[in-house]
Amino acid sequence: MPDTYTDDAPIATSKHSDAAVGVTTDLIDGQGGAITARAVTINRPASELYAYWRDFTNLPTFMDNVVSISPIDGELSHWVVKAPGGKTVEWDARLTEDTPNELLAWTSEPGADVANSGRIEFRDAGARGTVVTATIAYDPPGGAIGKLIAKMFQREPAIQARRDLRRFKQLMETGEIATSSRTQAQLQEERA
Amino acid sequence: MRALAWHGKHDVRVDTVDDPEILNPRDCIIKVTATAICGSDLHLYDHYIPTMQAGDILGHEFMGEVVEVGSKSTLKKGERVVVPFTIACGSCYHCGKHQYSACDNGLPADNQDIGQEMYGQPMAGLFGYSHLTGGYAGGQAEYVRIPFSDVGPIVIPDGIEDEKVLFLSDILPTGWMAAENAQIEPGDTVAVWGCGPVGLFAVQSAFLMGAERVIAIDHFPHRLELAKKFGAETINFEESATYDALMVMTGGIGPDAVIDAVGLEAHGFFVDNVVDQIKASMFLGTDRTHSIRQAIIACRKGGRVSMPAVYGGFVDKFPLGAFMEKGLTLKTGQTHVQHYMPGLLNAIMEGKIDTTFLISHRMDLEEAPKGYKMFHDNQNEVTKVVLKPGLGFAA
Repeated sequence: MPDTYTDDAPIATSKHSDAAVGVTTDLIDGQGGAITARAVTINRPASELYAYWRDFTNLPTFMDNVVSISPIDGELSHWVVKAPGGKTVEWDARLTEDTPNELLAWTSEPGADVANSGRIEFRDAGARGTVVTATIAYDPPGGAIGKLIAKMFQREPAIQARRDLRRFKQLMETGEIATSSRTQAQLQEERA
Repeated sequence: MRALAWHGKHDVRVDTVDDPEILNPRDCIIKVTATAICGSDLHLYDHYIPTMQAGDILGHEFMGEVVEVGSKSTLKKGERVVVPFTIACGSCYHCGKHQYSACDNGLPADNQDIGQEMYGQPMAGLFGYSHLTGGYAGGQAEYVRIPFSDVGPIVIPDGIEDEKVLFLSDILPTGWMAAENAQIEPGDTVAVWGCGPVGLFAVQSAFLMGAERVIAIDHFPHRLELAKKFGAETINFEESATYDALMVMTGGIGPDAVIDAVGLEAHGFFVDNVVDQIKASMFLGTDRTHSIRQAIIACRKGGRVSMPAVYGGFVDKFPLGAFMEKGLTLKTGQTHVQHYMPGLLNAIMEGKIDTTFLISHRMDLEEAPKGYKMFHDNQNEVTKVVLKPGLGFAA
């Protein structure tokens, strides 16, 4: 990784493989060696988006891989997430930063099946609404091969983050999540 | 219900499948009363479009009666509606700018990956047109689930028959937008490649927008006759050299605006086209594009190029030099149907635009496979096939 950057692109889009170190250092209590960042512009005010996200029990509505999120106390919550091969992984996540209408950051507690940390930023974009940026750092279970397997099963966090943000946008902008299913049975199968 | 399903190249069948259900609050279900086979359905029939799956229900030009509504639909049971082929949410930034075919939310999140990879950003959803456009079941069926029914479908007043308004779903707005994209000025000469439905509606639209002359180019005599009926001069490219004819007809200037209404299945035996056909048949991902090349070469300096024709992938030998040196402008895109429907419905009701001239065949939905084959094999006489569930069979 170069000492100085010559452009304004987010560090998470760097072509240098060790750039994650720079980002995780920026994250409070950062954990994880793989990094992904996604941004989406949502045509709603930041306060509304922050409020929906801050209630963690809402997240499984649009996060396909998340089975459940149970609040333990104000800062701590327990996450159960789908993994390849029909398995699930679990961890406790601690809220490390909470600036209303602007920022939420978290990190996993020791003993997590998948060590991870990240932040969701909400930035006012005027007439276009709000830019929501998700930066997630994580340790892929099974290292590089584990990441490849996860990708094959479409459970790779970079793919999931992109789709989850699109579903969040759909829900906030249109009040529903788009589906091309024709029947309830097909929809249940698709969401399973 | 009964529905026309794709099973492979040149293999479409009417199958019995489960009826659609309301899945989201803004949905409605319509009972289809009329639906058409579109020229772009032939791209699917010929298996030019990737991401098709056996059993996919086709059809994106359709209308019908509302039979069921979700809690947030603004439609009422019993209303007659024409449905735009583009599925758009009405709430995102692009819909706010009336760029409905660029809607951010029309596609299911998972289906957006392909468009993101191929085009940089995913586009709106489309009915019955591969999984690249969402995998939505189409309208060549007895019933269809319509997402965002509070935004898309337009209610048709009583007393206007289906056939007059059916083409509001796609080809009429597409022809109109093609002419609009040509930025026609009074006194202009406009050349239109392709006298299929979109080309013929572009001819009518161009005159309504003030074009002095419209020159229509095709090789099907019957289609050229239809263009002539609307006041166009014609060039049959099998009988005349198109570029030479255009130059003489425009006094050496070239048309002020050119419209490519042919697209990726350009016919004709030209050397570059043959190379494209070989590549296309080997799935090397090359669009066959003779018409757009010729349009760019013929267009006058500083002129406008409008491209309603459907292209999906990459092209070779695009005349980028001519395009740049002559200072041309290109406007294109999938049609923003929702934007054009109300104005065009008025134009139909006022008798300014003729739509029914196009229909050459009417068939029962059960006969749809025959309709595809006829349309595919005889494009001279078969200008438009309209399917009607429950019509019964011709003797």
